[in-house]
Amino acid sequence: MHVPDGFFNAVTSLSAGVVAAAGVAVCLRGARRELDDRTAPMAGLVAAFIFAVQMLNFPVAAGTSGHLLGGALAAILVGPSTGVLCMAVVLLVQGVFFADGGLTALGVNITIMGIVTVLVGWGVFRLVTGLARGRVVVAAFLAALVSVPASALVFTLLFWIGGTAPIEVGAVAAAMGGVHVLIGIGEAVITALTVSAVLAVRPDLVYGARGLTKPLVLRGAEGATTTTTTTAGEERPVAPRGTLKPFLLGGVGLTLVLAGAVSFFASPEPDGLEAVAQNHGFIDQESDHLFGHWALADYGDVGGIPVGVAGIIGVGLVLLIGGVVAHAARSRDKTKV
Amino acid sequence: MGSTVVNSLEVRQLAYAYPDGTQALFGVDLSIARGERVALLGPNGAGKTTLVMHLNGILTAGHGTVTVAGTPVAKDTLKEVRQRVGLVFQDPDDQLFMPTVRDDVAFGPANAGVRGDELDRVVKDALERVGMLEFADRPPHHLSFGQRRRVAVATVLAMAPEILVLDEPSSNLDPAARRELAEILRSLDVTVLMVTHDLPYALELCERALILSGGVIAADGPTRELLADTDLLARHRLELPYGFAIPAG
Amino acid sequence: MGAGHHHQLYLPGVSVVHRLPPQCKLLAVLAFAIVVVATPRERFSAFAAYAVLLAAVAVAARVPAAHIVRRMAIEIPFVLFAFLIPVIGLGERTTVLGLSLSVPGLWAAWNILAKATLGVVASILLAATTEPRVILVGAQRLRLPSLLVQIAMFMLRYMDVIVDEMRRMRVARESRGFEARDVRHIPVLARSAGALFIRSYERGERVHLAMLSRGYTGEMPIIHDISASVRQWGTALALPAAALAIWGLPW
Repeated sequence: MHVPDGFFNAVTSLSAGVVAAAGVAVCLRGARRELDDRTAPMAGLVAAFIFAVQMLNFPVAAGTSGHLLGGALAAILVGPSTGVLCMAVVLLVQGVFFADGGLTALGVNITIMGIVTVLVGWGVFRLVTGLARGRVVVAAFLAALVSVPASALVFTLLFWIGGTAPIEVGAVAAAMGGVHVLIGIGEAVITALTVSAVLAVRPDLVYGARGLTKPLVLRGAEGATTTTTTTAGEERPVAPRGTLKPFLLGGVGLTLVLAGAVSFFASPEPDGLEAVAQNHGFIDQESDHLFGHWALADYGDVGGIPVGVAGIIGVGLVLLIGGVVAHAARSRDKTKV
Repeated sequence: MGSTVVNSLEVRQLAYAYPDGTQALFGVDLSIARGERVALLGPNGAGKTTLVMHLNGILTAGHGTVTVAGTPVAKDTLKEVRQRVGLVFQDPDDQLFMPTVRDDVAFGPANAGVRGDELDRVVKDALERVGMLEFADRPPHHLSFGQRRRVAVATVLAMAPEILVLDEPSSNLDPAARRELAEILRSLDVTVLMVTHDLPYALELCERALILSGGVIAADGPTRELLADTDLLARHRLELPYGFAIPAG
Repeated sequence: MGAGHHHQLYLPGVSVVHRLPPQCKLLAVLAFAIVVVATPRERFSAFAAYAVLLAAVAVAARVPAAHIVRRMAIEIPFVLFAFLIPVIGLGERTTVLGLSLSVPGLWAAWNILAKATLGVVASILLAATTEPRVILVGAQRLRLPSLLVQIAMFMLRYMDVIVDEMRRMRVARESRGFEARDVRHIPVLARSAGALFIRSYERGERVHLAMLSRGYTGEMPIIHDISASVRQWGTALALPAAALAIWGLPW
């Protein structure tokens, strides 16, 4: 999905550059506030993590695989400001060092894949956790699910404004939307499970779960000499679980809006954009040649399914999965937090 | 307590509990005179790393005091203390964070305000002392593990510390790298506190040893004597390697 | 250990191009890309001339063609996309080899292919003649926010370390007979990703401690500074200047 030079006209590229620069500037200040002098090493390491995790392929549907974009994941794990910075640096490094994504398209790429995925992901996450405290994993799922097609829709919008190819905007929306709904599902599953895995071991590291963790338990230890503990554990009462209904309605509503938007644009004619993306092998085969045969380990889009069909499958799957998640969330306490 | 000579390191009644409530140190007392090489021995989980983190104020004492060359470790003395205590981390990848060996060694002195030719001289000198001068312009990840550890020592030496604190210096080293590091450490004219459970290495390099167990200093004496006391070692989950005997002398 | 990956991106050398200060090269490549993108697509000869300019730079820098071609594979996804545009494009249609193709679509495909390719080759030449860390020094000189440059510096330093950790985790999975093949295996991968995040984060904390131990107070000391002479600027900017001249010529 890295946009190369020449895909958007100069004015659009430049405007997106201004948006990206402004967004990054705001986030630099935000991250400084959160992390203080830890910003550089922490964001750098998280960016390296995102970069690595983008190499992890996962199966989307029969024979096709996708990979994590990581925007929603970054937002939930380290917060929106640091998340945007990490994504921006990853894209910067990919563009300047790996020639992946044009230099003039850097603004477009940072806007679409950095700012939009992180902000939409974080917004959905906050909305869901606000409606139902403690539902961190479910919120992570929905955040990632929405963030990817949202990014595709912004791409379509930019294409409509300043794309250089004479393709019907509806067709682009259908193609991008369809494929990215599918990717979004993969992204959602892996984001939710990753967040849940981190929560199980180091809940304190999940930015999005701050204030939702259980209070610390202080135990006196037996020592040979008199001991004094000055632990500054904040005694925070466990947040009462909010009622689930608004969350369920919200989640299902979002899914419906998303699905509706996609089906609205879905072209009845399978337009063969399927080969836009590459079918690049199977899950779990990250490249062994990080800097060598970089491109062969393509981490672009996924494909292999005619897009018209993909769109329809995508809409169905979103509804189905939304329903299953909603049901599961209602019937039992899924999260560990 | 109460000694009038200024020791390199004085730790008094140091206790600490992590924010999660786990208490790691239960009143540690130790003092190290200038020029001594001391081994801090102890099983995993004894609190060794926690103790080390107090020595340059990364962790702040829950109770008790740490004094470095007469300067108590406190918020307002942190800068001075960090200049005086040279901490060598267990994983050199954590310590070597700059793009090249030269930049990394320069990082500490540059933070202290050293610039220009003086900085070059300090960097060159520190790298020479660990025999890594010819690698100055290499990125750290192009070096072998043993070389990286030597550079890590150099990064700290460049700050001309009062005391060098090494966390498991022999871990992950092959025998040759281990010997080379020992030679380097012996050649340095600084106070050394070496945290390890590599008992032969402690015996080779340090005349005095402390055993940290259960968050307190359980023994303090000549390394040779402590290591000869099989019961003492067994009580604190320490063991000499198979076939190793304390050499006579 | 994961040493040596950077070699394949950067080709060490002593050519004029290698010796230019990084800030000059960065700005030159960016300006060149902007000129290329702003060139009307009908100007075939201008694009040919741009390609000749890049070839001249490659020759001057002694970057082998094979290196450039191999790394150009990065644009394959968009090349495929470009080939589709004429098929699905709107507007007047023409028949080529029995295929009905859209004329504006053909133009668009050419436009994207030409511009993307020139941009990619320019970037490849930059990366092949400038060490990654030096590029960052240049970015700093160009007034990119220093915090952003620092983040990128840490990312470059630890990228290999973390990718290596990920690879070791995969080897550990595979040596216990696990190979992810379908959807049911996603949870295992996600747990690995979670563990990788924790390791990365904790390493970040340790790196921060190591920095504090050596007197870090939030500002990176400036150890190197590469200043550029007017002459060097002139040499580097010859590329975009030539491109601009070509653009302005009445062909």
